[in-house]
Amino acid sequence: MAIKVGMEVSIAAAEAVKQANTDIVAAYPITPQTHIVEHLAELVNNGDLDAEFIPVESEHSAMSVCAGSSAVGARSFTCTSSQGLALMSEIVYIAASLRLPILMLLANRSLSGPLGIWNDHSDVMSIRDCGWIQVFAENGQEVYDHVFIGYRVAEDRNCLLPFLVNLDGFILTHMVEPIEMIDQAVVDRYLPPYKPLYSLHPDHPVTMGAFADPALYTEAKKAQDEALKGSLPYIMKGWQEFGDLTGRYYHPIERYKTEDAKVILVTQGSLGGTASIAIDNLREKGELAGLVKIRLWRPFPFKEFREAVKGAELVVVMDRAISYGGPGGPLAGEIRSALYAQERRPRVVNVIAGIAGRDVAPEDFERMLQQAQQGSGEGYEIYGVRG
Amino acid sequence: MIEIRLHGRGGQGAVTSAELLALGAIKEGRYAQAFPSFGPERRGAPVVAFCRISDEDIKLRAVIYQPDIVLVLDPSILRLVDVSNGLKADGVLVANTRFSPEDIKKELGVKSRVATVDANKIAQEELGLTITNTTMLGALLKASEVVDKGAMIEPLQERFGRLAERNIKALERAYQETQIL
Amino acid sequence: MSKPEREITWKELNVGCVIDEPGNAATYRTGDWRSQRPVYNKDRCIRCGTCYIFCPDMAIKTIEDGYIEHDLYYCKGCGICAQECPTEAIAMKDEVE
Repeated sequence: MAIKVGMEVSIAAAEAVKQANTDIVAAYPITPQTHIVEHLAELVNNGDLDAEFIPVESEHSAMSVCAGSSAVGARSFTCTSSQGLALMSEIVYIAASLRLPILMLLANRSLSGPLGIWNDHSDVMSIRDCGWIQVFAENGQEVYDHVFIGYRVAEDRNCLLPFLVNLDGFILTHMVEPIEMIDQAVVDRYLPPYKPLYSLHPDHPVTMGAFADPALYTEAKKAQDEALKGSLPYIMKGWQEFGDLTGRYYHPIERYKTEDAKVILVTQGSLGGTASIAIDNLREKGELAGLVKIRLWRPFPFKEFREAVKGAELVVVMDRAISYGGPGGPLAGEIRSALYAQERRPRVVNVIAGIAGRDVAPEDFERMLQQAQQGSGEGYEIYGVRG
Repeated sequence: MIEIRLHGRGGQGAVTSAELLALGAIKEGRYAQAFPSFGPERRGAPVVAFCRISDEDIKLRAVIYQPDIVLVLDPSILRLVDVSNGLKADGVLVANTRFSPEDIKKELGVKSRVATVDANKIAQEELGLTITNTTMLGALLKASEVVDKGAMIEPLQERFGRLAERNIKALERAYQETQIL
Repeated sequence: MSKPEREITWKELNVGCVIDEPGNAATYRTGDWRSQRPVYNKDRCIRCGTCYIFCPDMAIKTIEDGYIEHDLYYCKGCGICAQECPTEAIAMKDEVE
């Protein structure tokens, strides 16, 4: 019986990167990711992790270093938040197009301005279309586990795609909670050393990052699109095998009391836990309420999502980012798109909440669901805004 | 589930107290969460930390609005911040103060139980500093046995190393000297 | 590339569009870019090698006895060899259809 150890989630994440035998850590500090990279620096300095820790001068360099190191076959890691992600974003797209299995932990934090250090999803939504595999972690255990799952899936010859794990800044990064550490022998069984398909080496020279003109560009992007869509069965396989070793099985969509639910709340990230308490409260009051938590963001699990909300009459989507001048939140936009072609589709009400660290309590979720009953399903509402 | 809110000033170790409690509970095989009220605090500014302890998995991640226990590490905070806001009627306010529980109860108009100890004095005598976070853990455990006192020893030793012994002594003293009304 | 670009399907692309034929730029017929071609007068050549050194495309080869030959597969007709030759052994002539 594995023992749970109390530790800060950031520390657990860094320990996972160590256990995964990462070769290169290239990162620049930014609140609230700092504890992860500080602990990694300590581990490398103490010799606990045999890796190169490269204290780069910016996040743009961090991702550039990872692209280069991954291209020569090194298992590479970086981690950032908010403005750091924005600064490295041009290379983020390139990493996916070059099919480099880099792992990035993103401590979700609001994109400025105003300047803020608190948690929401505006940063990850800004790179929604970058081509990476993207998952959301709900708690510390999931963050820890997905470092191993991330590398395993990313490096799978059938995938070869960079992998992004979202963890809510502060709410997860700075939370001390119980974590069940995995035995190193089990980690080594699950995650073999990285064997690249192509790598840069004088003995077998190749070109990576070539130029493509209009005649070929569409085909190149089609290939990338198919790769991301095609990664889904290998993500499932990675999760299945992880579950077989640890007893923790993950799915693209996590469902809570959805079987007979008429009203379904949709969340991403750590607020899923709080939301489940609201569902329990509503059920006690006689409401047939359920919760869908989207773990796999890219590739979006359309089939699993439609299946999960099959019987619902009302779907309330909680977004933690705003698409200014657009249809509301990015998550609701995707969900409406997922349901559009269906014969019978539920009303979709979009609520935006939890912006830049504004607390969301179970009562807030209950109120959102109650208010949504009157909603038309058009547009969106920013919950709790004053004025 | 027990919810605890800790009040202190930046640099006094309120977050550390919350973490030590959580680590103690986790060592006992229970579930616990500890987190600060997130933000760029500076030394001396009033800060809040939170701790939840439960026998079951804790899914709630929001801020604690209705704590069962409020711990106040610094006497001046009592009059600066509404520390008893949301405190459950059957809960307890545990404060570092030289005044008695009766005095504090009257002064703040608190309906719940009140426990007090002069942690500044104990910390000064045992640790040579008025950093009261470990001392006040003793007061908290006296007022409400949320975690077995013995379960706190290992987390304290892991956190404080050579200085653990003195901190444990301060905790024990506060445990003995805390008065509860 | 072995196949004309406009005929390549997405499935035929390497993962990450990696180009795994090193030096395949050598298949580019840059000689098609020419509008003038070099004409070599061997009698005037003193085998100094200046044209060989100056050619930006390495499209001049040395042959037996140190005389030269233009590689018309690659020669872009820039005329630098004609310009630099100290004995005017190279002249540039318009390409005819």
